[in-house]
Amino acid sequence: MSLQLGWPDYMVIRDENRCIKCEVCAKQCANEVHKLDSDYDKMMADESKCVNCHRCVALCPTRALKIKVNDLEFKPNANWTGSAIKEIYKQASSGGVLLSGMGNTKPYPVYWDKMLINASQVTNPSIDPLREPMETSVLLGRKPEKLEFDKDGKLKTKMPPQVKLDVPVMFSAMSFGSISKNAHEALARAATDLNIMYNTGEGGLAKEFYQYGPNTIVQIASGRFGVHPEYLNAGAMLEIKIGQGAKPGIGGHLPGEKVGEAVSKARMIPRGSDAISPAPHHDIYSIEDLRQLIYSLKEATNYTKPVSVKIAAVHNSPAIASGIARAGADIIAIDGFRGGTGAAPSRVRDNVGIPIELALAAVDQRLREESIRNDVSLVVGGSIRNSADIVKAIALGADACYIASSALIAVGCHMCQNCYTGKCNWGIATQRDDLVKRLNPDIAYERLMNLITAWKHEIEELLGGMGINAIESLRGNRLMLRGIGLNQKELDILGIQHAGE
Amino acid sequence: MELVAKGVYYSDLNEQIKQIAQTPGEIDVKEVLGHRYIGCGLTSHTTLNVFGTLGNDSACYMDGATLQVYGNAQDGIANTMNDGKLIIHGSCGDIIGYAMRGGEMFIEGYAGYRVGIHMKEYYEKIPKIVIGSKAGDFLGEYMAGGRIVVLGLGLKDNEEAAGRYFGTGMHGGAMYIRGPVCEALMGGEIAKKELDADDKEFLTQTVADYASYFDTDTSEIKIDEFSKYQPKSARPYGEMYVGE
Repeated sequence: MSLQLGWPDYMVIRDENRCIKCEVCAKQCANEVHKLDSDYDKMMADESKCVNCHRCVALCPTRALKIKVNDLEFKPNANWTGSAIKEIYKQASSGGVLLSGMGNTKPYPVYWDKMLINASQVTNPSIDPLREPMETSVLLGRKPEKLEFDKDGKLKTKMPPQVKLDVPVMFSAMSFGSISKNAHEALARAATDLNIMYNTGEGGLAKEFYQYGPNTIVQIASGRFGVHPEYLNAGAMLEIKIGQGAKPGIGGHLPGEKVGEAVSKARMIPRGSDAISPAPHHDIYSIEDLRQLIYSLKEATNYTKPVSVKIAAVHNSPAIASGIARAGADIIAIDGFRGGTGAAPSRVRDNVGIPIELALAAVDQRLREESIRNDVSLVVGGSIRNSADIVKAIALGADACYIASSALIAVGCHMCQNCYTGKCNWGIATQRDDLVKRLNPDIAYERLMNLITAWKHEIEELLGGMGINAIESLRGNRLMLRGIGLNQKELDILGIQHAGE
Repeated sequence: MELVAKGVYYSDLNEQIKQIAQTPGEIDVKEVLGHRYIGCGLTSHTTLNVFGTLGNDSACYMDGATLQVYGNAQDGIANTMNDGKLIIHGSCGDIIGYAMRGGEMFIEGYAGYRVGIHMKEYYEKIPKIVIGSKAGDFLGEYMAGGRIVVLGLGLKDNEEAAGRYFGTGMHGGAMYIRGPVCEALMGGEIAKKELDADDKEFLTQTVADYASYFDTDTSEIKIDEFSKYQPKSARPYGEMYVGE
């Protein structure tokens, strides 16, 4: 007798009248759920291996398959829920730290959905973006306090390095290693043609990706994987990764199985060795130390590229952001606690950090109060799901948004949250050649282009509706937002009024 | 070519060095008073002779240059160094050779805390740090490749060449430490190994190189006094997790 309930999380429902035993499901499932039983001449399923990624469902030519959440339930109990009990079973039998993929699954408030955007009526009429120019581009980087010109009208002030984005969206850090080469290629090509940026994560940069340099953010994390002078100079912007929203205070372990030939070359580590990047940079224990790393990167790139510092949204983000700005960063990237990841300890993912909406509002407010808001650009991520989230983020004070989960969903991610297994059936979070080739980089590229182009149109429509014709005029314009169903404290932190006020 | 660092801001000094280093050659930098980032990113055709105190994060991302230091060096030397050679006629501060991937560094005296953290190796690149006297705590933490050698010269009675928690999280490379160390204070992920013939040859050569750079008497060193420390596993945390 097993002490542990071994009942699977999902049920595979196969319509026997529709199934033609073509075995597509068996061939497509890297988790090996489906099998043709030749004795019975019947497709069988081992549901215990199913992760509900929908690959078999999507590819079944006769639509014979459905995956459902298993309806077997424990005795109803609001405290000891089924998942709480099953997690204890798992840990009691393995002694392991619970691991999961992608973002926070818990029902915390999503403040984007509790804010409403304004529109113009009659006076200050709205602008029709179909016939009037709309400015959606933004420049990221430190802005000078004032501009000085000589008597011929030429600019005397030396401008700090800036990065221009045609749309205030960037693909945030996903390393080659955590995602496949084809996924990486699609992001790089789309970023280039959209004139936005993608981010190497801490996975180094494979030689064939150097061509996308002008649209590349090269990341530097505690493991310093693949970091060398050529890499630092390959991108248009550098980013020091201190933290990420999915696992604030925690580092990353890319398991040795994912470090094949190509990943090994990009990360400049031996094949098959674990790539361990602990949470702290062991050379950073203070703001002064952070400044030292920021300026070492500036020295290495001759002060030609802006340096970003990425942190997770945590309780005292405003004070941390103030320190980062004073340490000489050009950009601060803040990642909220709903942000995704390839692997995170579930307890950290679900319980550590704060929502990006609150962190953003608080950081922007603090930097303004200290008169250092123009010293840095603010980039926010951690579950930006659509163009309205972006418009709200900019109105709260962001310069641009980072997206990663949205981008992966665009190329086929079905949010099964098993990225850490390396068996992604959609060819995204895997290094297995047979799975990687399922993701056609041309199609993925096109889908990313479509997504961001559509969002750009929507941003223009929303801006025009407010009677605003430039992103610059929306930034920090919190009068354009109203809260709905928020208490006074939440409204105060967000710096907005309630709907109807 | 000679530069005088005193009174020059570090970024201006480094700009001058980079300008001169565009053509191959040797540069003497005199009166260095803790100027930062000297030798940052420099490539193989440059030799820098630094007189004074080398500042924080010097030789960061260095990519082939030779840096001779006649004096002590501060913290973070050879941060993420890719290739090249450092010879320090003195002692060093903390976090020396962080994530160093190639090249070699010889330190005449002692080195501070956290030396060789995240040191790596990659194809033909096997970085090496040689410390004449002793190293502080956390030597070779999270080390993933390369070689660290601590010669233990000039120690007092009961003084050990490595501090506490050396090799914590180490998952590649090797450390050679001369003399006894308190193994109770050793990181949990490493084990002491017997020296083989290759190790002995490597150590003999390393000691000879050290002696030639510093004109120091190394006759007290016997190769058999070295112990080798290596990780028990290339995946120290492989069994730590269970899927949700």
